[in-house]
Amino acid sequence: MSVSESIFIIIGMFIVTFGVRFVLFARAHKVVMPPFIEKALKFVPVAVLTAIITPMIFLQDQALYLSLFNPWLLGALASFLVGIWRQQQLLTILVGVVVFFIAKFFFSA
Amino acid sequence: MTRIEHMRRGALASVPMIVGGIPFGLLFGSLASSNGLSPWFAIAMSAIVFAGSAQFVALGLIALHAPIWVIVSTTFIVNLRHLLYAADMVKFVKHLPMPVRLIMGFGLVDETYAALRPMYGTGAVNDKTGHQVYFGSFLAFYVMWNVTTVLGVLSGELIPGMSEWGLEFAMVATFIGIITPYLKSKPFWLCMISAGVSSLVLVDLPNNLGLLASAVVGVLVGFLADQGKDASGGVA
Repeated sequence: MSVSESIFIIIGMFIVTFGVRFVLFARAHKVVMPPFIEKALKFVPVAVLTAIITPMIFLQDQALYLSLFNPWLLGALASFLVGIWRQQQLLTILVGVVVFFIAKFFFSA
Repeated sequence: MTRIEHMRRGALASVPMIVGGIPFGLLFGSLASSNGLSPWFAIAMSAIVFAGSAQFVALGLIALHAPIWVIVSTTFIVNLRHLLYAADMVKFVKHLPMPVRLIMGFGLVDETYAALRPMYGTGAVNDKTGHQVYFGSFLAFYVMWNVTTVLGVLSGELIPGMSEWGLEFAMVATFIGIITPYLKSKPFWLCMISAGVSSLVLVDLPNNLGLLASAVVGVLVGFLADQGKDASGGVA
């Protein structure tokens, strides 16, 4: 890959990445979100974050791994239960991480 | 509280996700150098583009000798989910001066959105402090991403087998810690379940399209469930 190709790739990737993130911020003072859009947007955090982590939790090598020997599933389950029960972020993370590493230590040879 | 203290709050709230991101940064740097790319290319990409998953996709496409327009348009698709974040954040940035919004836009990654959005929701940050806390999260994440990229480039693989340790689980646990406080009504449960199931069903779609489609499904299901609730007189 030539130097000019490298530069074009980085500039091109920068423009689309930054563009997607900034375009609405640039017009933020003029953008008026219709109420139904605002109502829908409040589901964005739960929807996107769930869609990011669910495959990490349930899949191994592209296949569903529904087993109590799956450390990702056990850790996530522990986090989830603590999160529902106590809603303390730090505790939720800690319990999940501890369960995950214990399970990983015991179940992965 | 001073500006520095607010920034520290943002950085602290991001610590688990930063830990979770370390293996990805190292992996990106070491993959780039094992693919025979110039160290400067990988380092410049992390510093200028600053988009984790899109950078990995780009490495794969470069290895396949894909044309530049394919690399750039794929990057666009992989990052489209950030448009949802930006739309959700518009109400919190519209009073801020343009240079501040510029930096916030540059730093609008999954982790910083995940860390900051609930703080706006609960009132932990407000119009005056939000962007400072945001900067703290962004800077901490930016420094981690660039330092680990450099380390990955320099070392090939710094600590053998580190990518097998499962440090990424810290990010999973953090996201769960962010999701669970929302689960106080049926629409949010339905949103989560539908997004999760869709993400498993659509996992084979290329370029994060499964992720994007699942996010849209989750938002729509939540929204429609919410409307149904209102229509039936607020029951359930």
